[in-house]
Amino acid sequence: MLVEEVMKRDVITLPPHEKIETALKLLNQYHIRHIPIVDEQNQVIGIVSDRDVRDASPSIFDRATKAEQLKNEIQSIMSSPVITVHPLDFVEEVAGIFYDQEIACVPVTEDNKLVGIVTEKDVLYTLIQLTGIHEQSSQIEIKVENKIGILPEVTNIIGSHKVNISSVLVYPYKNNYKNKILAFRVQTMNPMPIIDSLKSKGYEVLWPNMPGISK
Amino acid sequence: MTCEAAFVYSNSFVNYHFRADHPFNQNRVLFTYELLKDAGAISDDQIIEPRLALDEEIKLVHDEDYVEAVKAAGSGKLAEEDALEYGIGTEDTPIFNNMHEAASLLVGGSLTAVDAVLAGKYKHALNLGGGLHHGFQRKASGFCIYNDGAIAIQYIRKKYNLKVLYVDTDAHHGDGVQWVFYDDPNVCTLSIHETGRYLFPGTGNINERGLKQGYGYSFNVPIDAFTEDESFLEVYENAFRNVVEYFKPDVIVTQNGVDAHAYDPLTHLCSTMKIYEYIPKLAHELAHEYCNGRWIALGGGGYDIWRVVPRAWAQIWKVMTTNTVFKGNLPQTWLEKYEKLSPVDLPSYWHDPGEVYTPIPRKHEITEKNMQTLEKSMQFIKNKQYRFNGLTNV
Ligand SMILES: [Zn+2]
Ligand SMILES: [Zn+2]
Repeated sequence: MLVEEVMKRDVITLPPHEKIETALKLLNQYHIRHIPIVDEQNQVIGIVSDRDVRDASPSIFDRATKAEQLKNEIQSIMSSPVITVHPLDFVEEVAGIFYDQEIACVPVTEDNKLVGIVTEKDVLYTLIQLTGIHEQSSQIEIKVENKIGILPEVTNIIGSHKVNISSVLVYPYKNNYKNKILAFRVQTMNPMPIIDSLKSKGYEVLWPNMPGISK
Repeated sequence: MTCEAAFVYSNSFVNYHFRADHPFNQNRVLFTYELLKDAGAISDDQIIEPRLALDEEIKLVHDEDYVEAVKAAGSGKLAEEDALEYGIGTEDTPIFNNMHEAASLLVGGSLTAVDAVLAGKYKHALNLGGGLHHGFQRKASGFCIYNDGAIAIQYIRKKYNLKVLYVDTDAHHGDGVQWVFYDDPNVCTLSIHETGRYLFPGTGNINERGLKQGYGYSFNVPIDAFTEDESFLEVYENAFRNVVEYFKPDVIVTQNGVDAHAYDPLTHLCSTMKIYEYIPKLAHELAHEYCNGRWIALGGGGYDIWRVVPRAWAQIWKVMTTNTVFKGNLPQTWLEKYEKLSPVDLPSYWHDPGEVYTPIPRKHEITEKNMQTLEKSMQFIKNKQYRFNGLTNV
C-alpha cells in the first residue's frame, strides 16, 4: 500500500515565528501529537511534538516564568532537519522508518512541499486492515510445504466449497525454510467441511493453533 | 419461587430448514419441547403460538430491498449473482422454499415473547426459535436471515420505550445485534464469546464500545479458545452484574446460544452443562432485581443438537418457571423416543458426568488471560469519571 493511500491531507501546520502557546492550543484542540513547521513556500523546516511542547512548558514549581516561556517562538524548540517521505513510498517503509528512527510521525512532501502527514496510528491502522477482519469470517491456518504451486492448490480446495476468501497471509514457519504457514480468513461460519477436505488431501491444519492443545 | 412464564412454540419452527446436512437444524427446538413435556415441566396453557412478523416490523432493522430479495429467493425468482450480494445462496445461508415466511415466523416468535412480557400477564418468555444474532441490515450471514433479536429490541424501543439490556452468551460474537444499536444509548449490548482470532465472525473486541451517544453501551468479553466452566462463569457473572448495575435496564433480552459446550463441532470452548444451569439462573435473578422480572430469552447457536441443545435449553425454561434446575436422570420416555434417531449416544443425565473433553494443559494461563480481558472490558465502567485531559492520544 502506498503512503498516498493512507496519509492525512489536511495537515495542521505553523510558521516558525508562531508562539509555543499557539502550538499547545492546536495540539489540544485537534487531539494531535505533531505539528510540522513550514515556511512561506510550504516547505517543511521543522516539526514539534506534544512532548517538545510539554518539555518547554514550565512545571508548576516555576509558574512565574510560564507566560514568558510559552511566548517563545516555536522554532526555538522544533526538531530539524525533518525526516520526510514521498506519497509513492510504501507504508511498510514508513513502518521501518518509525522503528529505526524511533519516531511516530513523518510529513509527506512532493516537490519539497508539504502534501500530507502519516502517523504511527495510520500505519497501525493499515496493518490492522491487512491482517484483520473486514468481513465476517473464520480463520484457518495450514502448514504447507514451501514449494511452487501450493497456494493455488489450497485456494482451489476452498473455492470448491463455494466459500469466499477474505484475506490470505503467508508466514514463515519457525526457522524452517521447508514449510510455510498459510492463514486464510474465509467467509463462512462453518469451516469444518473445508478443513475436512484439506486434511483428506494431506494438509496439516492448525486450527486454532495453541501449543500443546488440540480439540 | 414460581413465575408466570410463556413458552413460544410452533411445530412450524422446523420450516426454517436450509438443507439436510446443514449444521443449523431447528429440530432442536422440537427435541427441547418434547424433553420438557416428557419431564412434566410444561403444560399446554404455558405455550403460546408465535405470530408471523409483519414486513414493517422486519424493516425496523432490515432494508426493504433485502426483504424483497429474501422473498424472491424463497420463490425461486432471484438470480444467483443478485442473491450473493445479500449473503443468500451461500454455503452458510442457502436458499430454500418460502424462506421469508419461515424466517418471519422466528421473528414473530420473538415479538410474541416481547408482547407476552410487556403487555401480557407474563414475567418471562422464551422463544427458542429465535436468537439469530448474525443477520445484518441488508445481508444474511452465519445461518441467520432476519435478526429477530435486533428486531424485537427495536420493537420494544418503538412500542414500549424501555431501556433494553441484551446479553449474548453464544460462543460467537453477537455482531448483528451490536451493530444495529452501536450508536444507541438506550440499548446496551453485552456479548461474551470465543475470541474472533479463529472463530466467526472475527469481531467482538474489547475496544468495540459503541459510537457517538452509544459510546459506552457496547461491551465485549472475548474469551480464549479452550476456556472451561469456571473461567466462563467467572467472566459471565462478573460482566453481567457490572453491566446491569451500570445500565439499570427496564427489560433484559438474553440470547441463549448453547454452542460453547465442549461437544459443539463449530467452536473451541470447553464448557459443560454446568454453565447452562447457571446462565439462566443469573439472568433470572437479575431480571427480578432490576427489571421487575421482565426477561425475554431467545435461542441461538447450538450444533450438537442431540447431546447438548435439548438439555441446555430445557434448563432455561426450568429456571424461568421454578428458579431451580433439572437434576438426575433424563426422562426415559424422551431417551426412548430419540435414541434410535440419534447418531451419537444420548446422555443419561441432565448434567455431564465425568469427562467430556481431555484436560486442558494451559488452563491456568487461559483463566488468567480471561480475567484480564474481563477487567479491561469493565474498565470503562470503573473509569466513568475519566476525562480526556489534554496532551494524550485519543
Ligand atoms: Zn421469575
Ligand atoms: Zn454461535
